[in-house]
Formats: sequence, C-alpha cells, structure tokens
Amino acid sequence: MKVLEAIGNAVIQGLAYVGSLTMQLFSELRASPRVLPLTGRRGRWKTAIRQMAAIGVDGLPIIAIMSVCAGFILAMQTGSELRRFGALQYVMDVVGVGFTREIGPLLTALIVCGRSGSAFSAEIGTMVVTSEIDAMKTMAMDPIEMVLTPKYVAAMITLPCLTIMSNTFGILAGAVFMRITTNIRFPMYMRYIFNSIELHDVWTGLLKSLVFATIIVNVGCMEGLRVRGGADAVGRSATSGVVRSTYLVILADAFFTAIFYLVHKG
Amino acid sequence: MTELMISVDGLTVEYDGKRVLNNVSLDIQRGEVMVLLGGSGSGKTTMLRHIIGLERPTSGTVRVRGVDINRCSKEELMAIRRTMGVAFQECALFNSMSVEENVELPLHELTNLADPVIEIMTYMKLAAVGLGETGKLMPQELSGGMKKRAAVARATALDPEILVFDEPSAGLDPIVAAGLDELILFLKKAFQMTILVVSHELASAFRIADRLALLDRGSLIAVDSKDAFRASTHPRIRQFLDRVPDPITESVVVQAHIRELAGLAGART
Repeated sequence: MKVLEAIGNAVIQGLAYVGSLTMQLFSELRASPRVLPLTGRRGRWKTAIRQMAAIGVDGLPIIAIMSVCAGFILAMQTGSELRRFGALQYVMDVVGVGFTREIGPLLTALIVCGRSGSAFSAEIGTMVVTSEIDAMKTMAMDPIEMVLTPKYVAAMITLPCLTIMSNTFGILAGAVFMRITTNIRFPMYMRYIFNSIELHDVWTGLLKSLVFATIIVNVGCMEGLRVRGGADAVGRSATSGVVRSTYLVILADAFFTAIFYLVHKG
Repeated sequence: MTELMISVDGLTVEYDGKRVLNNVSLDIQRGEVMVLLGGSGSGKTTMLRHIIGLERPTSGTVRVRGVDINRCSKEELMAIRRTMGVAFQECALFNSMSVEENVELPLHELTNLADPVIEIMTYMKLAAVGLGETGKLMPQELSGGMKKRAAVARATALDPEILVFDEPSAGLDPIVAAGLDELILFLKKAFQMTILVVSHELASAFRIADRLALLDRGSLIAVDSKDAFRASTHPRIRQFLDRVPDPITESVVVQAHIRELAGLAGART
C-alpha cells in the first residue's frame, strides 16, 4: 500500500506542478501584449531586448562552439560506419536531417537551459528573498508582467534564432569533415544538404524550440518564485530549475518527435 | 471629524495549524502615526503583510479606507495600493536599477507624466530624504541608512495617503535611526500622511508615535497613547518597557534533555 501511496503522491505532485506551470503560462500570455512593441508600455520592450541580448547574443559563442563540435562528431561517427559500405555520401543526409530535426533544437535548448534557466531562477529567487517581488506588488505592479513576460517574449524570439544558428554551424562542421575525407567541396555539399532536408524538417525543429523556450522560462521562473528562506534556497532553486527544465525538455522532445513521426508516416 | 484609514477586525492567521495572529483588531485614524510594537516572533511583520494585502488571513477582515482588501476586485486592490507606500525592512530596492530609476519606476508605471516632470519629481523626492545628489548611484553603493531613505523616497513617490514602515531603524546606528525618526515626523507634518510603523525600538517608538499598539505572541494586548503606555501596570507592557528578559528555559526541561542526550533517558537523580 505504501508503494501505491508514494506513486499516487508523486503523480499528484507532478500534475500539480504542470498545472501551476500552465497557469503561469496563461498569465504571461495575457500580459504579453503589454510587453510587445506598439501595444506595450514604454520600457517593457527594452527589458525584453536586454533579455534577448542575455539569452541570444551572449549565448551564441558557446552554442556555435558546441554545434561545430557536435556536427563534426556526428559526421565522424556516422562516416566511420558508412565508409565500410561505401556510402560516405549519406553522412550529409545524417548531418543535415539530424541537425535540423533534432540536434540543433535540443542542443540549443540544453545550453540555454543551463545558462539562462539557472539565471532566471537565481534572479527571481533573489528578488523574492530581498522582498523586491513584494515591493512590486505593493506598488500596484504585476511581477508577471514586469519580470516574467519580458523573459518569455525574449526566449520565444531568441530560441528559434539560436536553433537556426546551431543548425548552420553543425552543417558547416559536416562540410569541413567531407572536405577533409572526400573530394566533395562546399557548393556540392550544400546542394546535397538542400536535397536531403525538407522544409518539414526545419519547421518541426523550430516548433520544438518554441516548446522548449516555454518550458525553460516557465520552470526557471517558477522555481525562483517558490524560493522561501535565504541564499541557500536561491542556490537550490537554480539547481532544481535546471534539472527540472532539462528533464521536461527531453520529455517534450520525445513526445513531439513521436507525434511528428506518426503524422509524417501517416 | 476623524476618518478611519486602516481597520483590522478579528484578524486571525494560522500557518500549518500554528496560530500566529489571534483575533487582532486595530483602527488607525487619518493623519496619525501608529507604532506597532512587539518582540521577535510576536507576529508584527505577519500583521503588516496582511495589512498591505500580501497575504490572506485565515479569518477576519482588513479594511483600507473602507475597502475590504481580501474581498475586493483586483482593480480596487490596485487603486488601494496606489494610495499606500511601503518601505520594507530589507529596503527592497531593485538592485539592477540606480537609486533614481528606483524612485522613477512607480511614476513611469502608474502615471502618464512626461519624462521631464518625472525627473523633477524624482529629484524632489530624493532631496526630501537628503539623497538629492546620490540619484545616479546603484543601491549596493549606498550605506544602510541611505538605503532606508531611498526606500522611503520610492514609497512616497506617488504621494501616498498611507505610509507603512517595517522596522525603519533595524540595523542602523542611533544617529541614523534618529534621522529616520525625524524624517517620519516630517512626512507626517508636511504631507499629513497616515503612518504605520512596525518596530521594536522603544526610544524611536516614543519619539514618533501618536498611539502605540503592543503585540505579544500573536495577541494585541494594548492600543493606547504614549502616556497611558508609560503609566500602564500591565505585566507584559511593563516587562517590555522595563526591558526585563523572559526566563530562558525551565532548568528541569534542560536537565531532562541533557539526560536524554546522554542516553540516560528515564534515569532519576
């Protein structure tokens, strides 16, 4: 009975967590017109742009380096197998399709999760501990609109952009590998790549990156808002923000990939 | 005729079954300085958080200018909050903004004033608390007393009718604390503000208060004028005013615990 009870409790807690995330997401969506340019209040869009710089511009170098490495590794690993069958040209299909559909969005999400997700939790957690969130509320300002929504808007814009950059760098790394191991030069490589990937591959990847952005921002912010106590609680919130959003990103990836697989197959 | 600005009626708060506030009732009139006294853990910060509407009580009502803040609409609550300024114990200045931007924020967010007007108002608010020349500094560059004053400047940015202070003199030296007392009296006199101060500093309380309230273990044991407080014979009030400590722990309990720790539970001496 105790095992059943524990399983039941875990399921209820999990559902409650997802429920809170969904409610927070709806609040952010309701507040988003007040953050966007033209419809929003002055200054709010500036906050979103600052966040875009923090998530996107500052995150680009590490995403570029890791994508180049991942692209090269993928090409080498598949190349060493395919070479045995004299099918080295299929490396280009693997790199092109693999990056646009899967590795680009996932790698980007995991890096943003580690860099920015933890920063969201720590920043908001510190604001809770130092009563800044309470101060906002008592000044008749909405923390969701002031703090959370600019981050959400910024992530929804930057994550697809970063994913495209990651795809590009991964595919370029594949080109270098092909140039070193075969006679295939860059223009021909790109022709192969454009023949192998379809528009469908790109947009499913970008759609997934939007889902990942939603998860990373909401989990990071919610862990921050739940902080009670002092500095150690802020540290714990940053850790659990990263762990939980990584976990949810992978789950969502599996779920969406399965759906796309079934839809595409059908 | 006096007007009731804050009215707390039968406020009871429980956390996890533990009663923190017990049927507390308190009225604050327009233009008076009410000091809520109490020792550590007496529930005074909890009471303040309920008065400013950050938490919902287990039972009882909190009315601000006649509006029940736990049962009103969101718009009504926002309207009430615009007439209330709160200076937190931790100051709660936004660390990513300069002092000036902290004070400007409510003006930018909640009014349609032009930027030059906001700039002038911000300077006036900062100058009123003696920080006119420090607007460009970041909060972390300020001393403790300056931070408190900056928090007051921000709390008074929208010319609130009610000002709430949580422990204004906590962690400050006597000279800076006295300066804050004078600032509170100045705000009361110059702007006819209704001021609620939560404190445990007796000297400061007797300097600024029109009336005092003493909270003890979640219950309000007295609400009275300064003179009546000084003359009171209530044992808890006397203990508080005469700074008499509570006995730390019953020695029998301590001895029993030590025996238990030493593995001699149940052993009799």
